[in-house]
Amino acid sequence: MAGKAVTITSGKGGVGKTTATANLGVSLAGLGKKVVVIDADIGLRNLDVIMGLENRIVYDLVDIVEGRSKLRQAMIKHKKFTNLHLIPAAQTRDKMAVSPTDMIELADKLREDFDYILIDSPAGIERGFRNALAPANEVLIVTNPEISAVRDADRIIGLIEAANKGPSKLIINRLKTDMVKKGEMLSADDIIDILGLSVIGIIPEDRYVLSASNSGVPVTLNSNSQAGAAFANIARRLTGEDVPLMNLDENRGFFWRIARLFEGG
Amino acid sequence: MTAQDELIAIKGVRDGLLISLSPTEKWQTVADQLAARIDEQADFYAGADVTVQLDNRPVPKYELSSLKALLDRRGLTLTMVLSSSDTTRESAAALDLKTKVGDQTRPPSMPESRSADSMLISAEETGTAGVLFRRTLRSGRTIHSEGHVVVIGDVNPGAKVIAAGDIIVWGKLRGTVHAGADGNEAAIVCALDMNPNQLRIASYIVTSPPGKRENIVPEVAFIRDHHIIVEARG
Repeated sequence: MAGKAVTITSGKGGVGKTTATANLGVSLAGLGKKVVVIDADIGLRNLDVIMGLENRIVYDLVDIVEGRSKLRQAMIKHKKFTNLHLIPAAQTRDKMAVSPTDMIELADKLREDFDYILIDSPAGIERGFRNALAPANEVLIVTNPEISAVRDADRIIGLIEAANKGPSKLIINRLKTDMVKKGEMLSADDIIDILGLSVIGIIPEDRYVLSASNSGVPVTLNSNSQAGAAFANIARRLTGEDVPLMNLDENRGFFWRIARLFEGG
Repeated sequence: MTAQDELIAIKGVRDGLLISLSPTEKWQTVADQLAARIDEQADFYAGADVTVQLDNRPVPKYELSSLKALLDRRGLTLTMVLSSSDTTRESAAALDLKTKVGDQTRPPSMPESRSADSMLISAEETGTAGVLFRRTLRSGRTIHSEGHVVVIGDVNPGAKVIAAGDIIVWGKLRGTVHAGADGNEAAIVCALDMNPNQLRIASYIVTSPPGKRENIVPEVAFIRDHHIIVEARG
């Protein structure tokens, strides 16, 4: 099996990389794919919390790299999906504990057993980002409809191009349709115009996301959530399926929920 | 990235690239960073003739030959060495490279590589050298040129183009540009969509007016009566 390494990155912090990674991991697993998600944010780990697996951590990424743990030992199986695994970040070390070469070797091993290796990149453009980027076959850039996030995304895209990775695809996260209509927020078109990248998904602002993260159950498992549906669509697009972008103007009423049921999300 | 930028400067000049290396930093550090910098844009630099400016650093022959090999491996040809150090010039001569006494006090409008002994026709007939970028310049990229700069693509916010000559952007100009950076007030800036963060010509600076723009047409910026004027050239 030749799995695909997909790195989720952004430049700016707090735009939703970890949320996106967790949700794409769960969605891909829901589609029957064998998935491993790696938290590359050594020293500031989060992905385990959002996936509700924090209390199961015994070994971590640095333990694998430094040979204290076998690969299999450090992989935490998801509670609901047995085909979904997490390799958590170390909390007590820093980014320098792992090198880009370590990450490439790790991904090469994982490709044998998994369809998708999702790598949650830390914010910034330094070592942690380089680590996360090194093994990538595909790169997803998460950005928010605000100037500073778009600016950082642009910088990151430049670095990815320089590293001959990509082409990257864009996830626009936390879009508020009503604010865009009033001209108070950048629209998806504004962002695409600046970044010149193809969009793999637009995630609407959704209050379910926060509660989902806090409870450790990714929002895509909540059939009431529009954001959850949007993440599920991105997962399907990653597998090569042609899924049109959601109409975010849609009223979130009864019929929308019915439609969501039929989507199988 | 900033530390690296200070150690190495790569400029496009009339007959290739002028690479200035910090005269004080450790040689190995400079060489490593130069390699990394070239590798970032291997395709862009490949094939160029290189003049290296080494100032007063004494560079022994083996170091210079390793630099030559480093450039060779990346498809660049070291043709000339500028240095005020006798050791360095002897090393260069031993490697059959042209040498000149690099003079830092000279203004950048007179690139060192326009050597008297190179067989060049006068500027009036050949025009001024320029560099062409056929890609979008994203945030964090800075382009320096002793001549003109043409960008086929956008100049995004956070990117910077500094040219002694004119700057032409076949795309959206939203970053910072400085034409006539040596003080040439006849320099101009053209863009299909002129909306720079900051636009400088010689010592003049303007910013774009805020607010939504309509009827976007190609425009040209130039100096008239001590002001930067931006005019449509539809």
